[in-house]
Amino acid sequence: MKLHTITAALALAGLGVAGLPAQAQGISDDVIRIGFITDMSGVYSDIDGKAGLQAIQMAIDDAGGAIDGKKIEVISADHQNKADVASARAREWFDQQKVDLLIGGTNSGTSLAMAAVAAEKKRPFISIGAGASDLTNEQCAPYTVHYAYDTIALARGTGSAVVKDGGKSWFFLTADYAFGHALERDTIEVVKASGGEIKGTVRAPLSTTDFSSFLLQAQASGAQILGLANAGGDTINSIKAANEFGVTATMKMAGLLVFINDIHSLGLQATQGMYLTDSWYWDQSDQARAWSKKFESKVNRKPSSLQAADYSAVAFYLKGVKAAGTDDPDAIMKWMKSNKVNDFYTKDGYVREDGMMIHDMYLMQVKTPKESKAPWDYYKVVATLPGEKVYNTLEESTCPLVRK
Amino acid sequence: MTTLFGIPIQALLGQLLLGLVNGSFYAMLSLGLAVIFGLLNVINFAHGALYMMGAFVAWMGLSYLGLNYWAMLVLAPLAVGAFGIVIEKLLMRHLYKLDHLYGLLLTFGLTLMIEGLFRSFYGVSGQPYPTPQALTGATNLGFMVLPNYRAWVVAASVIVCLATWYVIERTRLGALLRAGTENPRLVEAFGVNVPRMISLTYGFGVALAAFAGVLAAPVLQVSPLMGSNLIIVVFAVVVIGGMGSILGSIVTGLGLGVIEGFTKVFWPEASSTVVFIIMAIVLALRPAGLFGREK
Repeated sequence: MKLHTITAALALAGLGVAGLPAQAQGISDDVIRIGFITDMSGVYSDIDGKAGLQAIQMAIDDAGGAIDGKKIEVISADHQNKADVASARAREWFDQQKVDLLIGGTNSGTSLAMAAVAAEKKRPFISIGAGASDLTNEQCAPYTVHYAYDTIALARGTGSAVVKDGGKSWFFLTADYAFGHALERDTIEVVKASGGEIKGTVRAPLSTTDFSSFLLQAQASGAQILGLANAGGDTINSIKAANEFGVTATMKMAGLLVFINDIHSLGLQATQGMYLTDSWYWDQSDQARAWSKKFESKVNRKPSSLQAADYSAVAFYLKGVKAAGTDDPDAIMKWMKSNKVNDFYTKDGYVREDGMMIHDMYLMQVKTPKESKAPWDYYKVVATLPGEKVYNTLEESTCPLVRK
Repeated sequence: MTTLFGIPIQALLGQLLLGLVNGSFYAMLSLGLAVIFGLLNVINFAHGALYMMGAFVAWMGLSYLGLNYWAMLVLAPLAVGAFGIVIEKLLMRHLYKLDHLYGLLLTFGLTLMIEGLFRSFYGVSGQPYPTPQALTGATNLGFMVLPNYRAWVVAASVIVCLATWYVIERTRLGALLRAGTENPRLVEAFGVNVPRMISLTYGFGVALAAFAGVLAAPVLQVSPLMGSNLIIVVFAVVVIGGMGSILGSIVTGLGLGVIEGFTKVFWPEASSTVVFIIMAIVLALRPAGLFGREK
């Protein structure tokens, strides 16, 4: 009995020690420091990169640059698309720079690595640019928030819309690495579930310069839809070649991960009519247009969905810090998981227990050159895809944190 | 339908032709490298960056000055070639007496600087470049639909490659060039301005890269990284062909393009590696390369 009493007393004391400072904690180290690690110079640097940093700075400025007299700061680093660089930098920042919030930019490999470090250090991590659905499934963590999109949402958005539109038979041109495989797998599932069939797949090495050979194989398959399970430069080069070889005359393209910067680079002539799914488009609402105008005045181009999400995520976090009066990780995670995101980026978005920020996505179709009235006037919003439907459900989630 | 290894012959013919198209780029780029290495003994790592500059200068000419493809096909190599001559006069000439490695380091540094500059100005997504009006459309060859532009790429590259080979191996000018690298003092004694000849040779090699860049602009993404994607393969081509061998680089470039094309059909995942596998085998059996002579 005696041992039990002592244990209980110790436990109570422990709770007290842990509980008390939380109340009086306020802002740690007298500064709210946000760390941003993304691709600043490589293939994904246009869709996020330095302009993404600019968006974060805008969120900080709009919050007044300080909360309760404590300064808000952002530091940034280039992970060069290397997971080890990202995780080493994250570790250093948590340990030495006392970073209170880590934002992960593009590239799924780096985000998965940073999420693990954040979980170990028990600090909030918001992944924006990464697509891999693993972040909130097999590899989910209590401190991870997956904010903008994932491969499942892309697959369900574009995949089911295209099948519904009559595109029953598919051929996949897939980038031969983890992200491409995940996107292909998730889309095949959706296509089959909607009654479509798969005529074949070809896996092209990452950063292939000439796709013509793969496209001839796609054409020979007789499929109606060419599913592009790749990203960035690979998508651009495959679309260019598809146009050149007349593949677009017999097949329709479905870009499974396409950003507005890719369309800008390819031009409307080559991309018109293509379906794609994105979380946000600068011309989707008055609020979005107003923010984009501010962004454009600083960066000289329209924002991508990721850059908008960078702003939205940081603004959401800072709102939480202000409301909770602290930057204590557990208090903030609790606040973020019990409050809704309402801004120009999304309406009534909420962070689920597995870390996914559930919000509406949009199915877009690329305009024809005639329909486009101005530079960056590229998309028609064809459908709003409700967040509850486009992301996987908690029942489908393989995240161990989800209680079933 | 007749088949070979389970693939229709028609499809294979198509892939053969596509392989030749890619091989043309390899041949032109490795030819420039071979000329520079053969005559200057410099391993020009900046070749990819200069190829990228060729494509970008073509794009700039079109979007800022309204100059069409055909004008830029002449102007871009001249402009980039002149830039090459400046590099040679200012920087490279100080390194001829040193080990090859110094030239490699210098040109590698230049690559990083050139790519970095373009990246900070234009980003990485690349710029659109339309196919010239006269070459749009495609011709149905029966076994495949070949875009006219690709046919033009093969023709242009074969002509340029053969002309280069002829000038260097069969004319008096070429003989002087070769002699100039063999024994510069003796050639100077005949009243030839050897330093100027070397500058012009480097400029010519660079212009070849820029020419390939302009040819690539309508079919590939005009982006600051386009050169670095290609340069490693091109180095492998030069090594397989034999460092400095003019004919070797042309034949190997085309040949490897074809082999790579077939790999894309039979084992797509390996298509980016196959060139290096061949390089390893060739180096093991013939260290000087297929057409190289051991010194």
